[in-house]
Amino acid sequence: MATSLRRFGRLALISRNWSGRGFSTSPSGEINSYSNIQQSEGKSINLFSAINQALHIALETDPRSYVFGEDVGFGGVFRCTTGLADRFGKHRVFNTPLCEQGIVGFAVGLAAMGNRAIAEIQFADYIYPAFDQIVNEAAKFRYRSGNQFNCGGLTIRAPYGAVGHGGHYHSQSPEAFFCHVPGIKVVIPRSPRQAKGLLLSCIRDPNPVVFFEPKWLYRLAVEEVPEDDYMLPLSESEIIQEGSDITLVGWGAQLSIMEQACIEAEKDGISCELIDLKTLIPWDKETVETSVRKTGRLLISHEAPVTGGFGAEISASIVERCFLRLEAPVARICGLDTPLSTCFRTLLYAHQEQDIGCNQVNNKLLAILLL
Amino acid sequence: MAFCLTKAKKLIYNHLKSKMGSLGIINHGNWTHPVSFSHPIPQNLKKPDTFFTNNTTLFASRRFESIIAGKHLDSLRNVFDEIEVLNFPGGKVKFTSEMKFLSESPEERIHCYRVLDDNGQPTVHSNSVQIGEEVAVKMYNDMVTLQLMDSIFYEAQRQGRISFYLTTIGEEAINIASAAALNIDDLIFPQYREAGVLLWRGFSLQEFANQCFGNRDDNGKGRQMPIHYGSKKHNYFTVASTVATQISHAVGAAYALKMDGRDACTVTYFGDGGTSTGDFHAALNFAAVMEAPVIFFCRNNGWAISTPVSDQFRSDGIVVRGQAYGVRSIRVDGNDALAIFSAIQAARRMAIGESRPVLIEALTYRAGHHSTSDDSTKYRPVHEIEWWRVARDPVSRFKKWIESNGWWSDEAEFELRSSVRKQLLHAIQVAEKVEKPAIAEIFTDVYDVPPANLCEQETLLRETIKRHPQDYPSHFQFPL
Repeated sequence: MATSLRRFGRLALISRNWSGRGFSTSPSGEINSYSNIQQSEGKSINLFSAINQALHIALETDPRSYVFGEDVGFGGVFRCTTGLADRFGKHRVFNTPLCEQGIVGFAVGLAAMGNRAIAEIQFADYIYPAFDQIVNEAAKFRYRSGNQFNCGGLTIRAPYGAVGHGGHYHSQSPEAFFCHVPGIKVVIPRSPRQAKGLLLSCIRDPNPVVFFEPKWLYRLAVEEVPEDDYMLPLSESEIIQEGSDITLVGWGAQLSIMEQACIEAEKDGISCELIDLKTLIPWDKETVETSVRKTGRLLISHEAPVTGGFGAEISASIVERCFLRLEAPVARICGLDTPLSTCFRTLLYAHQEQDIGCNQVNNKLLAILLL
Repeated sequence: MAFCLTKAKKLIYNHLKSKMGSLGIINHGNWTHPVSFSHPIPQNLKKPDTFFTNNTTLFASRRFESIIAGKHLDSLRNVFDEIEVLNFPGGKVKFTSEMKFLSESPEERIHCYRVLDDNGQPTVHSNSVQIGEEVAVKMYNDMVTLQLMDSIFYEAQRQGRISFYLTTIGEEAINIASAAALNIDDLIFPQYREAGVLLWRGFSLQEFANQCFGNRDDNGKGRQMPIHYGSKKHNYFTVASTVATQISHAVGAAYALKMDGRDACTVTYFGDGGTSTGDFHAALNFAAVMEAPVIFFCRNNGWAISTPVSDQFRSDGIVVRGQAYGVRSIRVDGNDALAIFSAIQAARRMAIGESRPVLIEALTYRAGHHSTSDDSTKYRPVHEIEWWRVARDPVSRFKKWIESNGWWSDEAEFELRSSVRKQLLHAIQVAEKVEKPAIAEIFTDVYDVPPANLCEQETLLRETIKRHPQDYPSHFQFPL
């Protein structure tokens, strides 16, 4: 906690600097510190409402912020932008034509003028037409100009992950593609409280950020969320549960499955340390390294296909740093290297079906690894 | 949209059926009401009258005036009129019993606006903006400077002093005249063949040289290939090699200008090849919908590296695309500085005054190779290049005009050329001697502050260089 506080202090300092740089973005008044939000009681809300609150605050605290994307005007297909257009006007919250490369290109230009451009891509599966704009434009805007120009006010929000009948094109977790791109940040929250605090940090961060929202949890995850303005630090992971036998690393919706696996493992006498990475690039290597030095084992789990997933990067980095301390090969429990099949969803995503016990597959694999 | 149409059709059908059955007469006075397409006519449908007659008539009302019943007509006539239109988002659409496809092209190609003929003489009845002596002479100065810079930097590349170069030969008028018609507050989102815009705005020859040599004084810290200029001071966004990606940035930035109530627009340049990209189409559509004050300037120079326009598109060039997106557009002679100046100034006034995008297509010719990595005689006839260079050279055409005004002389020409040549050679000599950026600059500006992984990698790189100095360039070139 002391570390968290100290790091947060640094973040707050950065936020003050933004206004000095002509970024009219520092929220007026004091932002709650990390310790305050632990104590402050909020209302129980779900994840999409937490995102909605964050967007309200972002628009309220900075007149130079804009929210836009396909169907955003009426509240968005996942209701994340509900009420924003009525409150802040159609000039600041608006629909765009159905064209992802146009949305991000427009957003880069808007952000380059010192604005907070908060662009929504309706599904992460549809972000690829904007890949060029993200990789070649947003990510290199500052570098190629020698810091004369930047589009740091850009935040791209996109719902990711499998849920229900989504199939190939409403289920993908494309985070690894973006983790190969210097110049952007990739952030994924695990819960409503995290979503609000991290999204506000992303919006106010002076770098372009891709923010993936776990759509499985939009309505499912409910948590007490402080109603006021607070930010959670980027590039700082969090130990959700301390343990001594194995380190588990994950992000986003997958953590809810991993948490269940930890409970199951506990019954078998296995003590798990669970880490939420939160920011995938630039990621908090130190926390993971320290944990693995303690436990001697590492398991990474993500929903995206295992091959070339971000788990591979974590695995390689930790082997480089902790080779002699590792007592078992680093394990990856991840998605299959296949597109997502709609008819097999009850098999592949058993954890999402209420009548099936949580994550039996993961738990079994976990137990095997620990033997 | 499909849903609305289906719904409308069903409503129409039901209504017809019931009315026909009971009354035996067609009475559709109210069928449009349940289908509530209440969108106002978009502003973009305003008919662009010429810049000089500032009279804006509603395009929609003019277009549909034949179906608007006059006050003296009886109500029955009114009823029969209404059945022939579909009230659809964007305005009423007339029905017709004639099955007729739109032609793929206009009967005659869209005309090209010009002011000066090939001999530099103003054409009769030309409506153009008046340009005074001071501006005209500066325009000519900068066109000549751009030409000389191109020829000297091109040679520097041939001598191996810089790695790459790309000329604007043949497009000097586009570069300089468009820049001259703008205000310095207007933001430029360039492709890569518009160095003249920066020159007009006061970017010095030394600054051009520093960028091409990638030295410590380059604004871009030597990170990009030569000719990738950028200058915050001159409101000129840094060039990227990617084609057409800048077009939609100009729309987002224009929207910001509009929201801030600024008396400025954005201008983005691109070539004929760039109009085939998704970004071009996305940007035009976004600009029309967002009503953004942006000028899209297409330099149709006939060639995208070796690809002629006949392999690029089958439309009548670029100008016709504007109307499809609801964007005003004009075709101008890209080798006529006065035509470009006039068109840009009019476009700027419309863009800012009416919050709308404007598309300009300038017909020209890339009289040089694509870049120093290209030999265009491999794919196009030399005589064609020569004809454009000699008969249609935009610089000599403009020179004839200022000479005929008595604003230019042979002595002035001689002085200008020798002075600019000296400055250029000096700039190259200076740029060559300035040291390279420090190694730390590899790691800065990726993010606002280098994160842990970059700090770690920087330390590793420095240690490796120290351990194996013989494998790395000397410290003089890349200061640690």
